[in-house]
Amino acid sequence: MNWTIAGALAFWAGAWALNERLSRLEPRSPAAKRALGLLVPAIFGITLLVVWEGAVRGFDISPVLLPPPSAIWARLVSAVPILWADFQQTFLKAVLIGYAIGCGSGFLVAIAIDRSPFLQRGLLPLGNFVSALPIIGVAPIMVMWFGFDWPSKAAVVIIMTFFPMLVNTVQGLASSSAIDRDLMRTYAASYRQTLFKLRLPAAAPFIFNALKINSTLALIGAIVAEFFGTPITGMGFRISTEVGRMNLDMVWAEIAVAALAGSLFYGLVALTERAVTFWHPSIRGG
Amino acid sequence: MTAIAGTIPSTAASPLHRRLAQGKTLPILIVLAALLAIWYAFTVYLNAPWQIDAYERAGTEWTATDLVRDTMAQERPVLPSPHQVVAEIWQTTVGTRLTSKRNLFYHAWITLSSTLLGFALGTALGILLAVGIVHNRAMDKSVMPWVIASQTIPILAIAPMIIVVLNAIGLSGLLPKALISTYLSFFPIVVGMVKGFRSPEAIQLDLMRTYNASGRQTFFKLRWPAALPYLFTSMKVAVAISLVGAIVGELPTGAVSGLGARLLAGSYYGQTVQIWSALFMAAALAAVLVGIVGLAQRLALARMGGRS
Repeated sequence: MNWTIAGALAFWAGAWALNERLSRLEPRSPAAKRALGLLVPAIFGITLLVVWEGAVRGFDISPVLLPPPSAIWARLVSAVPILWADFQQTFLKAVLIGYAIGCGSGFLVAIAIDRSPFLQRGLLPLGNFVSALPIIGVAPIMVMWFGFDWPSKAAVVIIMTFFPMLVNTVQGLASSSAIDRDLMRTYAASYRQTLFKLRLPAAAPFIFNALKINSTLALIGAIVAEFFGTPITGMGFRISTEVGRMNLDMVWAEIAVAALAGSLFYGLVALTERAVTFWHPSIRGG
Repeated sequence: MTAIAGTIPSTAASPLHRRLAQGKTLPILIVLAALLAIWYAFTVYLNAPWQIDAYERAGTEWTATDLVRDTMAQERPVLPSPHQVVAEIWQTTVGTRLTSKRNLFYHAWITLSSTLLGFALGTALGILLAVGIVHNRAMDKSVMPWVIASQTIPILAIAPMIIVVLNAIGLSGLLPKALISTYLSFFPIVVGMVKGFRSPEAIQLDLMRTYNASGRQTFFKLRWPAALPYLFTSMKVAVAISLVGAIVGELPTGAVSGLGARLLAGSYYGQTVQIWSALFMAAALAAVLVGIVGLAQRLALARMGGRS
């Protein structure tokens, strides 16, 4: 037990006590409530970083095993061009293009299936089944078919995102209640009108659920697909080569970028959902 | 359908007939048959260029029948035909000794063991965290956002690093791979169980208070039973991603056994048939695991008097 570790532990105990106090507070104004909701996890996160730094320095862990947060931050700042190039290759090309095509085609196929009960009964169980499969395994095949560059990663992302979208959209289209559909019938609404005015809005929460699931799936799919062969850029490529060269601070910097990109992507989808389905009870609150 | 309807008098609608008309079996079979036909068509289409090239180099005369026959029997096809994959699976499961390194069941077992270990650890960790989060406000406020943030780290992408690091501290073999599965699978369990433990209504909790039940009694007699349906739903998701975690955990380790290693070796040496057979084995494994969880769910909920 040396002073660094003792300090880290003391900090942790102090932060924990502070969090206990803070969570007992019952703020009146909504602004204070929101600030508190951000402050408590932030304190927890800072505590984690302090304990991490303290443990690495105190126990003298070699930077090859686990670099301290300070070293990772230094590398993150110094390697911005490389990180940006990797981010472009993996995220802006493979992830976004694959995500758009995968979600879009899943959505369109769902609307096509929706008109035929037979196809619904035949395809839905299969779609559910495929959603549980380790689809990521098709990565080597896609690399063989579409080459090393980003199209093969986008293909993996398309396959991974297609099925959650399909299953969720079909469920969502079936979620409008009978009384609403009857109302549309009394208005003599056509299939198309019913679809756009009632059933698609009713399906929106389901569709956004799929979009949120897919936002995380897409990033993971693209990065793992890069293990099977890439050009000399890309997040997955960088991670696997820098591990081999024992530059773990670079690996962690890449992870931080990936985590940040994934969170922002998810957050963006969630914000869009709030804006589009403002009428839904889960968002209206009540 | 009309053929079947013609053979059975419609007045005597037998249960079989009704199942065929309204059930899911027939549509699924037809869709599967259609997929198989599409697969065969693509086999010919994708493998044809190489095959025609081979004919021309050999200077042989060929007809369309030859082309179809030969595209389905290539050594390293772009897309192997379904019967090639089935033959490969048959040969590497039944055709070889169980202890042999060439046996696909052996590789499946390696993957399955780390999947199950990781899944068990992840489920235990997830339930413990959920109990803490439900019973402690500070934990709820501080840990829950980080549980969600933990999943933003693409753990599958850093699997190689984790394996390397754990190797350096002397952990090797099964446990590192299982830890990746744990990290992936604890998340759906935490989220599902927090929801489940909070599912009892205020009126039920009040009843417990009127009985003067202790916290422990409330937990075991009310919260836990109420959360069980949520647990099984989460476990289905968790077991599926545990398998993905185990497979990806085998990729970077230079592991020589396991389904992930088969995929990687297949892609290095262009053995497409081997890749596809490993994929199908992984799919079968996933189906069996999810099926087992589903069965446990039905049994458990039936014993609790629920209608699943």
